[in-house]
Formats: sequence, C-alpha cells, structure tokens
Amino acid sequence: MSLSIDRYWQAFADTLIMVGVSGAIAFLVGIPLAVLLIITSPGGFLQSPRIHQLLGSVINGFRATPFIVLMVALIPFTRLVAGTSIGVWAAIVPLAISATPFFARIAEVSLREVDPGLIEAAQAMGCRKWDIVRHVLLPEALPGIIGGVTITLVTLISASAMAGAVGAGGLGDLAIRYGYQRFDTQVMLIVIAILIVLVTVVQRSGDLYIRWLKNR
Amino acid sequence: MTYTTALGNNRFRLDSHNTGLQTQPVADEIDADRDAAATSQPTGGTVTFEKVCKTYHASGIAVKALQDISLHIPAGSVFGIIGRSGAGKSSLLRTINRLEMPSSGNVKVDGVDIASLDETELVHLRRRIGMIFQHFNLLSAKSVWDNIALPLQVAGVPKPEIKRRVTQLLELVGLYDKRNTFPQRLSGGQKQRVGIARALVHHPEILLCDEATSALDPETTRGILQLLRDINKRLGITIVLITHEMSVIRQVCDQVLVLENGRIAEAGPVWNLFGAPSHEATKALLAPLQHELPEDIRIRLQSTPPATGGYEQILQLSYNGHGGLEPDLSLIGRVLNTQVRLLHGGVDRIQGHAQGRLLIAIPDQAAVVATATCGGNQPAIAHHVETIGYVPVD
Repeated sequence: MSLSIDRYWQAFADTLIMVGVSGAIAFLVGIPLAVLLIITSPGGFLQSPRIHQLLGSVINGFRATPFIVLMVALIPFTRLVAGTSIGVWAAIVPLAISATPFFARIAEVSLREVDPGLIEAAQAMGCRKWDIVRHVLLPEALPGIIGGVTITLVTLISASAMAGAVGAGGLGDLAIRYGYQRFDTQVMLIVIAILIVLVTVVQRSGDLYIRWLKNR
Repeated sequence: MTYTTALGNNRFRLDSHNTGLQTQPVADEIDADRDAAATSQPTGGTVTFEKVCKTYHASGIAVKALQDISLHIPAGSVFGIIGRSGAGKSSLLRTINRLEMPSSGNVKVDGVDIASLDETELVHLRRRIGMIFQHFNLLSAKSVWDNIALPLQVAGVPKPEIKRRVTQLLELVGLYDKRNTFPQRLSGGQKQRVGIARALVHHPEILLCDEATSALDPETTRGILQLLRDINKRLGITIVLITHEMSVIRQVCDQVLVLENGRIAEAGPVWNLFGAPSHEATKALLAPLQHELPEDIRIRLQSTPPATGGYEQILQLSYNGHGGLEPDLSLIGRVLNTQVRLLHGGVDRIQGHAQGRLLIAIPDQAAVVATATCGGNQPAIAHHVETIGYVPVD
C-alpha cells in the first residue's frame, strides 16, 4: 500500500467529524426553522405572512448559492467563529450553514403533509399549540424527517469532500492530494470505495429506521 | 313481505349482551369518578345556538354555510344532525367546541357564550367536550395506550391517575389487550373504539360525533352506535352526532335536525320526523329506508279499475306514530268488512311509536275506503288510507 492505513483512518475520522457535527447543527437548527415555517404559513396556527416570507427568503438565498461559492464567501465569518479558515473545524461552519436550509425545506415538506385532521383532533382534545407541535406534528412527520436526515447526510458527505479540496482535511483532501496531484490511483480508488460504503451505510440505516417506524 | 320491528327501548339493553363488552361495571366506576369530582356534573351538558350564521370566503365568493340557526340541545339527549353533503352539518358541529367560529350569532355551552372564552378557558372547555371523527384521526406514531393517554398527559394529570383512567376506558371499549398496538394494525371498528376512549378520557359532558360511522361497514356501525347509546344511557353524556344516513338517526337519536343548504329544514323527535316528514330534504333522506312497491305488483298496477273481469283494489295504509294508532290487522278486516290480503309493508317502532306503511289488497270495494280513514263512526285503521291502484285478477 502506497499510503499507511493510519492516514486513511485519520481522513475517515475527519470526514465523520465534519459530516456528524454539521449534520447535527443542521438538524438542531433546521427542525425549529421548519416548524416556524409551517406554523407561520397561511392557515397555520401562528399565521404571520411577514415572518414566513422573511424566513423563506433567507432560506432560499442560502440554498441558491453553490456550496463552493458559499464556502469562500463565508471565510470572514468562519474566521470569526472557528478562529481559522483552514482545517476540519473551519469546514464545519460553511457545511452547517449550507446544510441547515436544505434540511429545513425537506423537514417543512414532511411537516406540511401531516393530516390536518390530526391537528384538529388534537385541538379538540384540549392540546395547546406547543403540545400539537410536540405530540402531533413532529412524531407524525418523523419518517419524512428521517428521510431528510439521510439525504442531508449524504449531501454533506459529498460536500465535505469538496471542502477537502480547500484544505479542510478528510477523505476528499486525501483523494485530491494523493490521488489527483500525485497520480496515485490506488488512493483515489480506496477513497471512492470508502465513500461508497459510507453513503450506503447512511442510506440503508435511514431506510431501515423509516421502515421500522412505518410498520410498528 | 317484510315486517320489521324492534323492541323499543329494550333493544339496547338486550343487545349489549352480544357486544361482549362489560360496560356496566366500568360505567359505574366512571359515574363514581364524576360524582367525586366536585366541579363536574353527573349529567350531560347543554348546547344552545342563537341565530348562528357562518359565511366562508372562497376566492372572493361568499358562501353561506350556516344561516340563522337557533336551536337548543338538552342535557343527556342524543341529538342527530342530518343533511346531504355540503348542507353545513360539519360547520355546525364544529362551532360547539369552537374549531370554527360563527360569523354572527352565539353558541352557548351550559349557558356560557363560548366566543367570550380566552385561550386557556377554551382549552378547558374542549376538555369537557369529547369529539370523534369519520376517519378516526388517531396518531399513527403513538400506541393505542398513548393515544388515549394524550389528552390527560397534555392536561398535566398525574401518571397513576392517567394509568387508572386509560385502563378504565380501554375496558369500556373492550380493547385492553390491544393497548400496545399501533393504530395501523387495528380494524376500522377498533380504531373508532380507540377514538371513543380518547374522547371520553376527560369524562366529558358532551360528545361530538362527526360522521363517526360513515367509514365503517354496517355491522361495525351497529356495534359503534350501540356503544354510543350505552355511553349516553349509563353516563348521561349529551351526544351530538352528524350523519347523512337516516338509519343512524333511527338507531340512536332522540331528537333530530334536518339541515338543508345551511338552514334548518325541520326538527323534532325522531319518531315524528320518520312518521310525518314535511320537508323535501327529509323525504329525500328517508327514501333509502322506504319499502318500495314490489316489482310484480307495480307492473300490473292500473290507475283505473279494469272494465271487464275481476280485480283487486290496492290500498296503502300509512302510520305516522301519532296518538298510539298502530296497525291492527283484525281491526282492518273488521272495518273494511271484507277479505284483506297483506301484500307488503314495513313497520318500525321508533321511541315507542309505530310508524310505517302497509300495502293491502281487497276485492273490488272502492266505496268502503271513504269511511275507513278517520271519518264516520268506524274506528280509524290508519293515519292515512290511499288507493294506489287496481290489479286485475285472472
């Protein structure tokens, strides 16, 4: 092997940290955003066209910007937050910022598909707004939200490889530096294989969890 | 010939043995609970509508869903609201727990105008009013137990009390062994039983039923209606139900309101409406329950007596339930003073009043009919007697 196994482990761990941390941030921020989008939408129980539109525009703005551009554009902000613009932790900032609106939109769709009859039933039984979000909207939309998490994680894996190209570390970094710049095809192939396995594992776990949720 | 009768009020008591449900002990327990709670009354709640109107604005066009509805629903009654789809039933029902606000007019529950309630008071009102739905509206992500426990959980009821009440309700609806199942594994009837348990878990004074049996097959429908009737009898809960099926009204309701295009077409005791419907909408809704003229008689029926040969005169005797007048075959024979053949008919006993229709054939005796109704010194044989035609005899 042209490269020690430790280098692969290190790159793999870096990728996991980037994807895991930015994915967690996207989830924790994206869910409230999606809930806010739903309840402020016309017909929602906290109806507010202004908040809804403002939120929608901000989300669309971030979603319209390609990740590679966003990453560069955010460098000053990244320095402010992570203290540096290079490395794994610096990559997490743009990754999280690009994944959050992406995930929020997917979660919003799942929440919107919850049967209005269930919300009516909850109101009729004396649920307050927060009870409805907690006991009806979120649990009923869970299969769709898990699907969104899966898609977001897969997207993050590929975006993190892109971040590797600008010196963020991780599997993408390895593939570019050894596979591309040093013409080491073996490294390239191994990295591709690891990425395929990683994406398959994420996708498969998500699918199995959704199937379990739906067949209880 | 069909001759349908029910055993009046006894039928519910008799039939409850067949449902396999032990409603009595559990119901007594719930009763005891209600008595113990100083705030709750042992009887059902009342609902009063005062000139309620509801107008929707759909793409610039105003649609009048409810117009000038004034109505009183007494405590402990089973009140049916019937109408064709789009008649406004759903809107009317939803104004009772303020899922919909009337555009004008007042809705009062136990004398309190519910439009005046703030959010907290509204939540408390809704806990006194249970509601069940056509499509059950159970939470798919929660087990049967958690579905029934939710209304108590969000009200902050302590855990041991939740456990006691949910167990009680599961026994009432006969689904204790399904407590850990998720709704998608239940049949329609079982889902509605869970819905009923969930609606009753706060020991409400009023139960609203939104087409509760429309998604169920006839046998399951009977079971659910029986359960509702039982709940009403044993717990005294006022039940307001909406339906488009007269058979549902006949099985469970005391009072009925017919809604047509957002207005009250007619209202009154169920037996009276069935016996003497006055509005076209009511008649249309009753049509599926009516016994049509049998095909073999219909094709031979003539409007005038045949000029030659023998014939039979076909009479229709109608009963509307008033004044205790009931079909009496020997009396009919005696009054008409001729041979009477019973061809067809159906008599229902609704709330102890016989109503329905008999078709009889008598040999050519047209003259007798005039006196047979209520005139002359002969006793009446029916509320209305009508010659519907003549059938030739070979």
